[in-house]
Amino acid sequence: MADLRCDFAGVKSPNPFWLASAPPTDKAYNVERAFKAGWGGVVWKTLGEDPPIVNTTSRYGAVAVNGQRMVGFNNIELITDRPLDVNLAEIKQIKRDWPDRAVLVSLMVPCEEAPWKKILGAVEDTGADGVELNFGCPHGMSERGMGAAVGQVPEYVEMVTRWCKSMTRMPVFVKLTPNVTNILAPARAAKAGGADAVALINTVNSIISVDLDLMAPTPTVDGKGSHGGYCGPAVKPIALNLVAQIARDPECAGMAISGIGGIETWRDAAEFITLGSDGVQVCTGVMHYGFKIIDDMIDGLNNWMDGKGYGRISDFHGAAIPNFVDWQDLNINAELVARIDQDKCIKCGLCHIACEDTAHQAISVSGTGPARIFDTIDAECVGCNLCAHVCPVENCIEMVPVDNGKPYMNWTQDPRNPHATAAGGAVE
Amino acid sequence: MTDGADIQAGRLNGAVLAENFADVHRPFDAAGAAVEASRCYFCYDAPCIGACPTGIDIPGFIRAIATGNLTGAARTILEENIMGGSCARVCPTEILCQGDCVRNGVGDRPVEIGLLQRHATDHLGGGGPHPFNRADDTGRSVAVVGAGPAGLACAHALARQGASVTVFEGRAKPGGLNEYGIAAYKVPDDFAQDEVAFITAIGGIEMRYGQALGRDLTLAQLRNDFDAVFLGLGQGGVRALDVPGAELDGVHNAVDYIADLRQADDLTTLPVGRRIVVIGGGNTAIDIAVQTKRLGAEDVTMVYRRGPEQMGATGHEQAFAQTNGVRIKHWLRPVRLEGEGGVRAAVFQGVELAADGALVDTGGEQAMPCDMVFKAVGQSFVPLAADGPDLTAGRIAVDESGRTSLSDVWAGGDCVAGEDLTVQAVQDGKVAAGAIADYLKNMGS
Repeated sequence: MADLRCDFAGVKSPNPFWLASAPPTDKAYNVERAFKAGWGGVVWKTLGEDPPIVNTTSRYGAVAVNGQRMVGFNNIELITDRPLDVNLAEIKQIKRDWPDRAVLVSLMVPCEEAPWKKILGAVEDTGADGVELNFGCPHGMSERGMGAAVGQVPEYVEMVTRWCKSMTRMPVFVKLTPNVTNILAPARAAKAGGADAVALINTVNSIISVDLDLMAPTPTVDGKGSHGGYCGPAVKPIALNLVAQIARDPECAGMAISGIGGIETWRDAAEFITLGSDGVQVCTGVMHYGFKIIDDMIDGLNNWMDGKGYGRISDFHGAAIPNFVDWQDLNINAELVARIDQDKCIKCGLCHIACEDTAHQAISVSGTGPARIFDTIDAECVGCNLCAHVCPVENCIEMVPVDNGKPYMNWTQDPRNPHATAAGGAVE
Repeated sequence: MTDGADIQAGRLNGAVLAENFADVHRPFDAAGAAVEASRCYFCYDAPCIGACPTGIDIPGFIRAIATGNLTGAARTILEENIMGGSCARVCPTEILCQGDCVRNGVGDRPVEIGLLQRHATDHLGGGGPHPFNRADDTGRSVAVVGAGPAGLACAHALARQGASVTVFEGRAKPGGLNEYGIAAYKVPDDFAQDEVAFITAIGGIEMRYGQALGRDLTLAQLRNDFDAVFLGLGQGGVRALDVPGAELDGVHNAVDYIADLRQADDLTTLPVGRRIVVIGGGNTAIDIAVQTKRLGAEDVTMVYRRGPEQMGATGHEQAFAQTNGVRIKHWLRPVRLEGEGGVRAAVFQGVELAADGALVDTGGEQAMPCDMVFKAVGQSFVPLAADGPDLTAGRIAVDESGRTSLSDVWAGGDCVAGEDLTVQAVQDGKVAAGAIADYLKNMGS
């Protein structure tokens, strides 16, 4: 069995699977259940100043695709709506009862030194392992000058991070919003402010759907809707990219990353870790299925690591980063062609019509009815992969490398590029 | 044989019978239909379309279901098959559309096209506006003989194009086999009559009941009174079982008993034997076997003189019968029916296929004690009077448009050669309607 223990940014946990700051971590009752189920850590749902905020009903919207519920999910819920002292007392008790688990506390107070100093001191008294500065919440709190309103201004990110680092001995995680043009700006600001880690992504600004009878965005609150924060499996590709952008940025080197965004399985987690996440945080997955999904996340990651010969998380941490390059560094001479396995083909014709209508007219059809044959016209195939994606049969269409005898050449070296140089590197 | 046959009504109470004869297929709810619809790959030039005798754009209507466009889905179906509702219930989809679903190719199960079609057509069956409009009256008149699927499909298509159609039906109610022949649990809740009402709501269709060709009407008179005639006649004849004892009490034609069952107001009043023997291997045999079992018969045996592969009933239907507790015995030929007054036993002789393909006796008889015997060995077309159209192989000869040897007479459905399926009858009626409409257009005034 592999060793799943994590130790990054000054926080230890028995496994890399934490629960993100959200409803599942709003109170001791839930956190207790999560730890019993096996979760390695939690980021307690964001604390703010008293009096607590007030939430609306309803709060959630969801996207279902072909009967698969909650492929995408959004919420208009705010930070904790419970009194600060109640949360602090529960955090203290939880940390005392579960010393081996990571307990971080998410925080959000106005952009002034005094409130941060006050709340950091209070959290430190609980024995929590660290804090996560919520600079990401995109709805409600941002209208009050907090959350994403801070995260979208790198100067504020750096300033508040620096305050916090100077005010507490606890590790400081900075939670970033994806609702920015370039994620590196707030990430570098967090680094400059002394952050021990960034946590990303927070939710994406979204309107989940429009109720065509009510003529209002959903979820509706008394006939009106507000934009919310989008999460769930649908946002994973966005999160992976933003995590990787930071992980490979030399200016951000040395700052840990807690990956968040659509993680529901061990495989999702493994992908985040290969792109530089030191650990991961989960929310929508447990809100959909309950805490028990941790069983397969741990077991699946273990089995995969055993199969690959990885003894610990660090053995594959960041392993995909060297292969995450800019487009211009891709080998333009690499060539693929689609191969249709006629024994597996079920004659649905989706490859043909996709290529015929929308791509390169490279898949022919001969015969009619159930006996028809679809085949690649090699001379027309550009190896784009569309047919393999639309094909409903696993491994029926394979993209086969063509041995064209050509050496590696990227766009910066390509004579077809007017800015190419023989040595590579575009002349600008 | 000292004791009498055990035939009695009310073997099961009304509540159990109501359950036994309720809808055999649980319809989809909206969420279930959406999920099933999403299983459709939306194939290019989909094979299922070619496997449907009426050529419904199946991926098109399924996609419409998936998007919540149920009105569009229903219209897509009904455009090609105005009896899409009954076909969704009675089609042997496993040998038609679903049989050619590409999902079969990956060890998967096919998309439930029949149930999805039902979901869509039921949506329009709720008394909403008719999906099609009738063209202006052309002043042309057509007589349709027979208010079964072929006649109704033809009448609807012609009325839609502005012809005035008079439908002559020999029985008291329209619907043909949908009303009198299909197993009750496939079309419960008076579905056949609701569908006829839906079809005739297009306007321009006059229904006349108790008007049978050869009894109340002559073809010559119809040809004289109307611009064109469509014959959508059923198979009125029942093949005889040529064995001693076939005249005994308790020996019935399956189709007659099923018609009685379909028309019974109260199934607790329908007498049924304790032990039943059904002779035959087609869908009618399955239907009588299962329905008598569901009426409360204790022991029902279907006997067929060949093997399961040769049965007219599909594998799906055979399995359905067996699931209902019907025993199916193969390679047995009826020899005689025994009893005094009432039948008490059916006697069979074992047979096998000889090298030349002929059935030969294997020797030895076996008697099956029974209280009722149902003959389900096939139906036949009863030819018309001498002034009728030419026949071929015992049925009306037609060209590809359904036109008979008489220039103003078309025919379709069970009275012409081809698959004896509701969906084929609908297609026959539709195709003939197209040809008749052209004919009417080109007529001099």
